[in-house]
Amino acid sequence: MTTQEMTRKAKPRMPASRLLTYAVLIVAVAATLLPFVWMFLGAFKTQGELLRRPITWWPEQATFENFLLWFNELHIGTFFLNSIVVAVSTVLGNLLFCSMVGYALAKMDFPGKRFLFVLVMVMLMVPGVVTFVPLFVMVSKLGLVSTYPALILPFLAAPMGVFLMRQFIMGIPDSLIEAARIDGAGELRTFLRIVLPLCGPPLATLGILTFLGSWNNFLWPLVVAQTEDMYTLPVALSLYSTGQNATDYGLLLAGSVLVITPILLLFIALQRYFIQGVAATGIK
Amino acid sequence: MRGGSARRRRNALVAWLFALPFVLVFSVFMLGPLVSSFLMSFTDFTARDIDDPLAVGFVGLDQYAALFGNQQFLHSVSNTAYFVIVGIPLTTALALALAVALNNGITRFRTAFRVGFYTPVVTSIVAVAVVWRFILQPDGLLNVILGWVGIAGPDWLNSTTWSMPALIMLAVWRNLGTLMIIFLAGLQNVPADILEAAAVDGANAWQRFMRITLPMLRPTLLLGTVLLSVGFLQFFEEPFVMTKGGPLDSTLSVSYFTFNQFGFGKYGLASAASYVLFVAIALLSLVQFRALRSKD
Repeated sequence: MTTQEMTRKAKPRMPASRLLTYAVLIVAVAATLLPFVWMFLGAFKTQGELLRRPITWWPEQATFENFLLWFNELHIGTFFLNSIVVAVSTVLGNLLFCSMVGYALAKMDFPGKRFLFVLVMVMLMVPGVVTFVPLFVMVSKLGLVSTYPALILPFLAAPMGVFLMRQFIMGIPDSLIEAARIDGAGELRTFLRIVLPLCGPPLATLGILTFLGSWNNFLWPLVVAQTEDMYTLPVALSLYSTGQNATDYGLLLAGSVLVITPILLLFIALQRYFIQGVAATGIK
Repeated sequence: MRGGSARRRRNALVAWLFALPFVLVFSVFMLGPLVSSFLMSFTDFTARDIDDPLAVGFVGLDQYAALFGNQQFLHSVSNTAYFVIVGIPLTTALALALAVALNNGITRFRTAFRVGFYTPVVTSIVAVAVVWRFILQPDGLLNVILGWVGIAGPDWLNSTTWSMPALIMLAVWRNLGTLMIIFLAGLQNVPADILEAAAVDGANAWQRFMRITLPMLRPTLLLGTVLLSVGFLQFFEEPFVMTKGGPLDSTLSVSYFTFNQFGFGKYGLASAASYVLFVAIALLSLVQFRALRSKD
């Protein structure tokens, strides 16, 4: 052991300021996570226990009743399936379409390119409330209210995804693409064989962010899913939580658990990609 | 080069083919509605006109005039302003403090803290709003905890005074993580050697933060606040699930007002309201870009 290592080991304790920082951060992170803990605990309590005061922390008589109600009487399977179908289709569409147009914007010259890119950037700022009224009129005219196409089509190619893919593909060396072209590969072949295989990281980011956005999306599904068989999870939860079940907190907390848990598991498994994704879309 | 222009035309065609799926989705579902909504805001379009949209009457600026004469709309504007003016600085300051603490204040467990603070971001607003509604009951968890330190908490969601602070609390909680991550990435770009040089010259931690870190973080701060404002100006789910816009419209946002007018079938008025919001978002972004750039 060198002297340097020994002094480092012998260092008595961390400075007080750092200790204080840890203490504050631990309290803050506990407060941040408390609502989730409270949700999980509450979902297993009976209505009687939820209303009783003083409050109880651990469920005295853990019950699955709240969850069973969702499965047996409120058709959560249907809402779950709807959310999955919509999210998966939206993700696949975005992965393909955003990378295609991203490639064109990054590596090809064509008239109207600048204009197209400016439009994409402007569209990033447009709030959902601005487009949903005419969108609903159009969907009604086409007879698509309460159908999968109405839930999926408007989100198949998001401007944010185009921006993300373009930024990444611009960083791929031109020489790689030129080499493929000289070898006689067409653009489609170059795209599929050279560009796409290099796009793993941004595609992962785009896939995760799109899935998240779709799973949690609310305003448009609320407007366009008007029959119960087409509700997505958030729509179903919001309508039950404001309807006749508004005070049945056991049921509502169990519903929240069912909506949040799949994303939470995904987040814990892929947290690195989630966080990289935010940093990437934010910084570039 | 022979055939140069023919080849260029062919290349352009190929490029547009690559862009085609996006351009179709974009034109039909985004650009088209954006333009239609603008046009609709100058008509008396109602739910009954869906069958024959071209038969609506042109009413000029009447919808906008009606909007700015509508007490409920004005109330929703001031509510939205309240939400943004308090919520944005609060979220930004807390996120910056967290980012600095994680970046400079500690050496271990960074990832665990980051994941913890980021968790609310990934969850559905509807689901967390349901949970928060439960926590904010008069005898709910928050008031129980406040009771431990001797504070008698209000009936948050049924008080015109406290309903908005409660929604802001939820919004800060849910958006803190996003900004924290963006700021952390920004802090990584502040060169360590400059900070060390300043420390050698006798600058204390606060001076280093104010004179070096903060100015270098300006572009990141700008980006973070713009992203946040675009989201905050549109808030809708929180009051929809937690308060229905009440009590007495004290949490009715512009988005919620627009949604309600749509529900009443007043599509022209809804479009006008949504355009006012759009302009506000564009203007605020512009102002923030200017404000944060001007000191360069």
